[in-house]
Amino acid sequence: MAMSTSNLTIETLNRMFAEGKRFDGRALLDHRKLEVSFEVSNKAEGSARVKLGKTEAVAGIKLALGEPYPDSPDKGNLVVSGDLLPLASPRFEMGPPKFDAIELPRLVDRAIRESHMIELDKLVVTPGEKVWTVYIDIYPINDDGNLIDVATIAAIAALKTAKVPGIDKEGNVDYDTHKAALPISKETAPISFSFFKLGNSIILDPTREEEEACEARVTFGISKWNKQHMINSCQKSRHAVFTRAEIEKMMDLLPEKFDELNDKLKKFL
Amino acid sequence: MRNTINEAHEADVDYGVPEESSKKRKVVIPGEIIVSGEDYLPGEGAHREGENVVASRFGLAEELGKLIKVLPIFGAFIPRRGNVVIGRVTDITFHGWLLDIDAASGSFLPIEESPRFISKNDMEQYLAIGDVVAAKIWSIKSKGIDLTLKGKGLGKLEDGFIFRVIPSRVPRVIGREGSMIGLIKEKTGCNITVGQNGWIWINGDSIDAEIKARRAIEFVTDKVHIEGLTEKMEAWFEEN
Amino acid sequence: MAVKRASGRGATEIRPMAAKVGVIPNADGSAIFAFGDTVAIAAVYGPRQLHPQHMQDPSTGILRCNYDLLSFSVYDRKKPGPSRRSQEISKVTEWALSPVVDLEGFPNTVIDVQIYILQADAGTRTAGINAASLALAHAGIPMKNLVCSISVGKLDKDLVVDVDKSEEDFEGGEGPTDFPIAKIANTDEYTLLQLDGKIQPEVVKKILNLADKACEEIYEVQKKALKGVVQ
Repeated sequence: MAMSTSNLTIETLNRMFAEGKRFDGRALLDHRKLEVSFEVSNKAEGSARVKLGKTEAVAGIKLALGEPYPDSPDKGNLVVSGDLLPLASPRFEMGPPKFDAIELPRLVDRAIRESHMIELDKLVVTPGEKVWTVYIDIYPINDDGNLIDVATIAAIAALKTAKVPGIDKEGNVDYDTHKAALPISKETAPISFSFFKLGNSIILDPTREEEEACEARVTFGISKWNKQHMINSCQKSRHAVFTRAEIEKMMDLLPEKFDELNDKLKKFL
Repeated sequence: MRNTINEAHEADVDYGVPEESSKKRKVVIPGEIIVSGEDYLPGEGAHREGENVVASRFGLAEELGKLIKVLPIFGAFIPRRGNVVIGRVTDITFHGWLLDIDAASGSFLPIEESPRFISKNDMEQYLAIGDVVAAKIWSIKSKGIDLTLKGKGLGKLEDGFIFRVIPSRVPRVIGREGSMIGLIKEKTGCNITVGQNGWIWINGDSIDAEIKARRAIEFVTDKVHIEGLTEKMEAWFEEN
Repeated sequence: MAVKRASGRGATEIRPMAAKVGVIPNADGSAIFAFGDTVAIAAVYGPRQLHPQHMQDPSTGILRCNYDLLSFSVYDRKKPGPSRRSQEISKVTEWALSPVVDLEGFPNTVIDVQIYILQADAGTRTAGINAASLALAHAGIPMKNLVCSISVGKLDKDLVVDVDKSEEDFEGGEGPTDFPIAKIANTDEYTLLQLDGKIQPEVVKKILNLADKACEEIYEVQKKALKGVVQ
């Protein structure tokens, strides 16, 4: 189960991608079937479970009262955490987080933060003293590739259904009452797209087997404001390079891919 | 059909492909009473408790005459002597290669067990890290598993790809006397080596043939079928 | 006089249970088990290699359990990372399960059991043990039988089965008592015994009787989940 990818499989995948073919019959830039459901935890302010094919992740939103950060006294706080639970893959181990476990929540954080989807300025209780901190916690349940993108969608879906708890007379959080929806932009929500490269082929939404064979990855967070697509975050990883032509091609693809996946996502919201 | 079947499939141990005379199989859970009676014999996966033959694990209980076995449906690969397995080279040492065969112990291929003479200087040229072999388990010790590449159908695998199915489904992929794997090979024209560890190697003349062979195997292994698999497979080939 | 439970349940009534196996394709065995609003998910990986080598046992495989709450499973967000409570529950869970598994055929290996609580409404360790027992069976691990687990509680003087969160926090009279129990199905062998509260020794026998009956019901739910894998 945990056997690393083999040389002959990498060569075969390379040839297959060059012919535009994949084992599950998809085109190189097609996503697997998307499934979104909610209420993973009724103790959370919002939660969601997302599947792309067999990859599954859950995300939950918790709100707590705290002090604002010194350099943003009139804004609530956002904290995105995640853990690659050993539950989800024979490759995930107990113990201090490896790089992938550190990178994933940071990528999701930047995609959400830079899109300004959450209206942090509306999460102030007492300016300079008391604000809401939005905690987004993401966990994989089964890793069959492309966890970053699935995790981002799970976080967004959870945010879209989240509510703010009440505050009691003593000024403490009252988790038994939830009144207002979490203040988020009605217009926009980011989606993450991780492009993977093997040889000269670029693919989206790899299975774990495909992902392990790939030599480079670049993840973009993209949202849409006033009908204008906006890339909010980007990170390239692994050792191989992306050419100028490839990057430009991705820029051409992103808007239509965003619209396509966003339409599918909307059906669940 | 028999002479096109890679003899590497025929492991020494019978993995419970149903005989004509066996009774219907049923799913049992640990501790469940399968049959009652002194003259029944508990085989693998079953044990005796007084009058009763009881399941020692979750699986498919099968009666072969008076022998009661419980075959696994899910679970990790449990290596046995004589198993043919697909492995990936993870390291090269002085005396041989370390392989990952997706088992709970590490496994080792001594240089003497190559199919032909390989000098110590040529080891990496023959098998590098990431290369794939079809090997046979010839010894299991507490230190680890020893493999050999000597034997028909064994050796370095080139081209094609490998993928994994649940190990307990491998007998279904092979079929009684190799009938299922023979059917798949015939319909796709591919070379296929099935490892008892659930890893399978496919190499064909075209990518389409290779993809088809894989999908056929996944059709066989994806569900917990009790019976009628051959007919279902033939119908699948009609449709695909 | 019948005890009044906030949920409206009878004294011996278990919350609606749900169980399913095969929920995590990557795992060798997996299951979800729920008591009402308490939902546990478990994955089993193994037998597999155990590192570091000095932890290996040449006479048998070892069982290793890890239990934890997801951050958002509780009202007050739980900070990620193991707590003392989760470490203790991990260990008692291992002790609750190890008597049924037969790992002598897998020397030097480990069977890893991962249990996470998706939603917590008391009884999380009992739901976890039930899920883990299912996942171990699903993984084909040699087992004598399933393990069933339930919490029996006392609200003032009344005994109740399957304590929920509101009952854990019960105030009044002798206060709440929580007695999580696990046993090997269809036997009189108990593998988990814990207690918080006040119990007269004479009452323990009644509690065990209630636990026995509850575990029979739990066993039926687990059995159905396992048998349900066949098409």
